[in-house]
Amino acid sequence: MTTATLTPSAAPIVHEKVIVRSLKVPIILDVFAIAALVFAFGIPRRGQSSFRLSTSTDFFQIPTVVLPTVATVVTVAILLVVVAILTHLLVAFSSRGRSPLWLSAVFTVLFLFLFLTWAGADLRGIPIPGLLVGGLALATPLVFGSLGGVLGERAGVVNVAIDGQLLFGAFSAALVGSATHSPWAGLVAAIVAGVLVSWVLAVFALRYWVDQVIVGVVLNVLVGGLTNFFYTKVFAQVPSLNHTTKFDTIDIPGLSQIPIIGPVFFQHTIIIYIMYIAVFVVWYALFKTRWGLRVRSVGEHPQAADTVGINVNRTRFWTVTVAGAVAGIGGAFYTLDSVSKFDKDITQGAGFIALAAVIFGQWHPIKAALAGLLFGFAENLQSTLGIIGSPVPSEFLLMLPYVVTIVAVAGLVGQSRAPAADGTPYIKS
Amino acid sequence: MKLELRGITKRFGALTANDHIDLTVEPGEIHCLLGENGAGKSTLMNVLYGLYQADEGEILLDDDVQHFSGPGDAMNAGIGMVHQHFMLIPVFTVAENVMLGHEPTRLGGRLDLAAARAKVREISERFGFDVDPDAVVEELPVGVQQRVEIIKALSRDAKVLVFDEPTAVLTPQETDELMAIMRQLRDTGVAIVFITHKLREVREVADRITVIRLGKVVGEAQPTASNAELASMMVGRAVDLSIHKDPPKIGAEAFVVHDLTVIDAADQVVVSHVGFTVHAGEVLAIAGVQGNGQTELVEAILGVQNRVEGSIRLDGRELLGRSVGGVLDAGVGFVPEDRTDDGLVAEFTIAENLMLDRSTGAPFVRGGTLQLTELERFAEEKIAEFDIRAQGVTTHVGRLSGGNQQKVVLARELSRELRLLVVSQPTRGLDVGSIEFVHTRIVQTRDSGIPVVVVSTELDEVVTLADRIAVMYRGSIVGIVPGDTSREVLGLMMAGEKPAEVAA
Repeated sequence: MTTATLTPSAAPIVHEKVIVRSLKVPIILDVFAIAALVFAFGIPRRGQSSFRLSTSTDFFQIPTVVLPTVATVVTVAILLVVVAILTHLLVAFSSRGRSPLWLSAVFTVLFLFLFLTWAGADLRGIPIPGLLVGGLALATPLVFGSLGGVLGERAGVVNVAIDGQLLFGAFSAALVGSATHSPWAGLVAAIVAGVLVSWVLAVFALRYWVDQVIVGVVLNVLVGGLTNFFYTKVFAQVPSLNHTTKFDTIDIPGLSQIPIIGPVFFQHTIIIYIMYIAVFVVWYALFKTRWGLRVRSVGEHPQAADTVGINVNRTRFWTVTVAGAVAGIGGAFYTLDSVSKFDKDITQGAGFIALAAVIFGQWHPIKAALAGLLFGFAENLQSTLGIIGSPVPSEFLLMLPYVVTIVAVAGLVGQSRAPAADGTPYIKS
Repeated sequence: MKLELRGITKRFGALTANDHIDLTVEPGEIHCLLGENGAGKSTLMNVLYGLYQADEGEILLDDDVQHFSGPGDAMNAGIGMVHQHFMLIPVFTVAENVMLGHEPTRLGGRLDLAAARAKVREISERFGFDVDPDAVVEELPVGVQQRVEIIKALSRDAKVLVFDEPTAVLTPQETDELMAIMRQLRDTGVAIVFITHKLREVREVADRITVIRLGKVVGEAQPTASNAELASMMVGRAVDLSIHKDPPKIGAEAFVVHDLTVIDAADQVVVSHVGFTVHAGEVLAIAGVQGNGQTELVEAILGVQNRVEGSIRLDGRELLGRSVGGVLDAGVGFVPEDRTDDGLVAEFTIAENLMLDRSTGAPFVRGGTLQLTELERFAEEKIAEFDIRAQGVTTHVGRLSGGNQQKVVLARELSRELRLLVVSQPTRGLDVGSIEFVHTRIVQTRDSGIPVVVVSTELDEVVTLADRIAVMYRGSIVGIVPGDTSREVLGLMMAGEKPAEVAA
């Protein structure tokens, strides 16, 4: 036969895909739909539920929405059952074999509405802006922490020490903020503190190739012990060192007076405005700049990066440094915005929730920030319900943020792929 | 640009990987560096590319001594490298991969993707490559990925281009295309270093040949030299390139795979409706370019893939659905493609590795205790029988050479009562001596009446061993042909074509 020439086709390899009809999502929705039916018919609450939508500073007031509890709960419960059945049908018969994500989102919002209506029967009225503002506040350290996590892991360094960075940031901000009476100095101190923690991580992970998860865990314990020690030995003796000047709230003119949106997003301290900018800047830097391309390359395939002249460990070191700085700002939120003093274990493990947000957000800064917001909201829902006196035991509600985290990370993530070289030291032979 | 290496010496501990190597490559020539696996070719090129620092010797470009402290320096000096394992970031696009490390930017460090795309298109058109700058690299066939590597080197104006074992992952046709590209580059004045251990390719494309053995240059050869001459220079003794093999004594149908489909974790059909029959006393070779479903097929036979449909019958009994232990108990011997990851426990001794799949009972375990005397006796016997070069039975397997490691795996698998032998890439990375040994043992196994399945991406190996050849392409079997089918036909089949003369 003649010598054959065959040009390899430049077309992407398209594998045939099988449709997997997974019942995971429908079953989760079933469970919640059944719970909704129980709320509607099993343990009905009578009376009226009211939702307060406006705050006093708004341009115009939206009247409080008052709904008949039983009728609303029953209607929404039936809607939820319909959505659950629809999900089953979509999984069984649609050509893609699964239900769209937005349907799950609609279901979640509806369920939340049902639950609030049920729990809020005959109470003072649920302050919707307050619920959201509190959620944003609780989410702020999570968002900064998850940005720090995304940065580190994109460069190939697993950052389990986020909690340590937040905690040390909070501590340093309190100390320096109190000593200088300047929140700005406190903020700088928090950044330095975050960087210091990440440098320890970087040295052990990059220089001595110690398992990064272990270093991270040890750092959390170390920072926890250290701050506890100074809290009891120093702050307790000299209370003036633990009384910071907080940042003032800055209302963005105009925007802050829009009902709901204004109080939720535009009546905050500088730290939250920095957060808005940080999410965007991290995204832009990672995906649109030379620096970001290089960071992602050392996180995916460090040897390939090395062969084009990129210094892998230097790139990782500086990325981890930036990650620590970002997480440090998150720590400052506790003592320069939220309360004006440091307390033992003030983060309450927020760093670990931030780590979950990194995974739930698929190592993408914007998605991770949204995941942080979700977790923050779940946490605030718990405390709001406790305050307005809902019939659900508060011990039970304490689980809520963690249940949301587990369900979100385990059940709904789907296939997210970590950077290929995440957690692996680059050892040149 | 002229490249000159003078007295390059590189030691790793007690091992001297390169021993005073001299090499000169003129512009506009293809210079082949021929040597066995482990002869020190790749080490030498890594020294040239700045990945390793030489202990002695110097690198000269156009008679200027160079000092490379990293690949960046080598690249700036005009050296480009097409690596054996592509240095591409799988999740990046072609343009991103090509620009990485010398990115054109606009205001504020913003990547100038348009410029990078234009560069890819320009080089791509110059050599007729047909590469889409926006394609994601991991979705491209390996042949195209290799072109991306070449574009990457050329985009930095490389004047010396090193190809490190570039044909290992290519179909024969893609190899021909690569050779054409190399000639084209040579004619534009690029100095090319072509590293390989494949004699046929050397003779086809080389202008000059330097042979390396055990870290030393053993001489130059002409492209007109015969295969036997080149092989004996490479190995250091006369080599019989063909092994003795009698015609097969075909027995009854023994191993029947029917309509087998394997689905991977990403829900992709990686093996699609595959069926074949192996008779007792016959070698069926499964040929194909790496990554066309061979790995998953073998894993399905062994029982480590969990989404498998169809049937796998050995002597009439169904294997599908059994645990790995059940499959082994049914008499399946298995040599995995990656012996260091799947075949052996590097930190275990030879003796311990020899009993890995027989830890459940006699003769090596009684009442939950290891029978160490029995094990030692057995290991001594196998070391002698399989010519395993080691200090003793307690030597850790990780310290052995690739050839000796593979002999340990073979010894373990062949010393059980077998009804089927499945070997995957049996000689990958082995020296010529070990290849001969492994091939001989496979043929002996066949001659003892056991059906054998050999999975290999090396066409030479397939042709040497096979009584029949099944060619896989993108998860399916393109066709099953006699063992003496021509390389051209096999090559076409490996690219998914079904030549007219191939019966269904």
